[in-house]
Amino acid sequence: MKIVFTSKGTEWVSAIDPRFGRTDYFFVYNKDSDEISTVDNRAIVETAHGAGPQTAQKLFELKPDVLITGNGPGGNAARVLAQGNIKIYVGASEMTVKEAYEAYQKGELKEF
Amino acid sequence: MKIAIASGKGGTGKTTLSTNLAVYLAEKESVVLTDLDVEEPNSGLFINGELTHHENKYKMVPQWKSDSCTLCGNCREVCNFHAIVQLVDQIMVFPQLCHSCYACSELCPTDSLPMVPEKMGELREFQADKLTFIESKLDVGQEQAVPLIAQTLRYVDENYSEVMLKIYDSPPGTSCPVIEATKDADLVILITEPTPFGLHDLKLAVETMQELKKRFVVIINRYGIGNDDVVDYCDGENIPIIVKIPNSKAIAERYSRGELLYLVVPEFRAELDKLIGFIDTLNRETEQ
Repeated sequence: MKIVFTSKGTEWVSAIDPRFGRTDYFFVYNKDSDEISTVDNRAIVETAHGAGPQTAQKLFELKPDVLITGNGPGGNAARVLAQGNIKIYVGASEMTVKEAYEAYQKGELKEF
Repeated sequence: MKIAIASGKGGTGKTTLSTNLAVYLAEKESVVLTDLDVEEPNSGLFINGELTHHENKYKMVPQWKSDSCTLCGNCREVCNFHAIVQLVDQIMVFPQLCHSCYACSELCPTDSLPMVPEKMGELREFQADKLTFIESKLDVGQEQAVPLIAQTLRYVDENYSEVMLKIYDSPPGTSCPVIEATKDADLVILITEPTPFGLHDLKLAVETMQELKKRFVVIINRYGIGNDDVVDYCDGENIPIIVKIPNSKAIAERYSRGELLYLVVPEFRAELDKLIGFIDTLNRETEQ
């Protein structure tokens, strides 16, 4: 199982990025192999319009099972994400990646 | 002569100036006033005219044909506006993000993205004696102002080439819609207020107009509030301030009732006369 977090950095202690389309990084946790990796999305700042679909495309290519984020994707991104079997959990805005993962495991995050 | 009335900061008096100037000038000669702030046009609040024309405006967007598509991904790669997303078994088009550049459609090897019209807004035309008033309004959910502004400008050019005086009420800011709205103007009037916010955004607007190599002048609205920084800045940059509209409660009251100011506020009319004098001088220069 692959879990992707929108994050401000590349560590377990990094803060969750509450934004989906304009997230700085994807923090990817592969639960089966217990491996982490990150995807740098910071170039999105150059994109004036269409950040949501663009980031959603990038996420899609990671083929995740779960997305954990803060505010939740906007309309355009949600349209893309709805096409995949990705479970989306929101409300992790004030947490670190680690805290968000723990909250997810305890079932404390809201499904989008 | 095409006069665009713009500002950096919003709410500094673009519409007040546009409508009063247009109606005042139309007492004597034919004038076309066009509201190009298509995201929220409001000149119409001050113009009492008869609706003479109404048309829907469309932009061309690609429509995906699943039966012939080979999912090669070319369309997504060539789209500079992220309007196309490629998923495992489908192409998704986001019409709001599309700039109608046709790249995806033209470069598709199997012609699976034909361009089709999508309604983006509406244009209305009103007549009030010598004044023609045109306004366009984007539909809710549309994100691109530029295509509608461009089509509105074309409508004015095609239908009113014989009218000498054209006034364009521009959108606020300094981004693409403003550039589209001012790019054909012979004169750009930047209206601002003498506050730090007004000055900050005026500087951005000035830089934009310099980049576009436009002839521009400044009008200060609500003169008397704030400080002298706008005046000092314009003096330092050799930018002419042709009119200073005083800050006045009478003006605010009349405006809030949707009334035209020049008819009832003499000091406003006096400032408008100065502006009209300036426009006359420019016109004579051009004729020579």
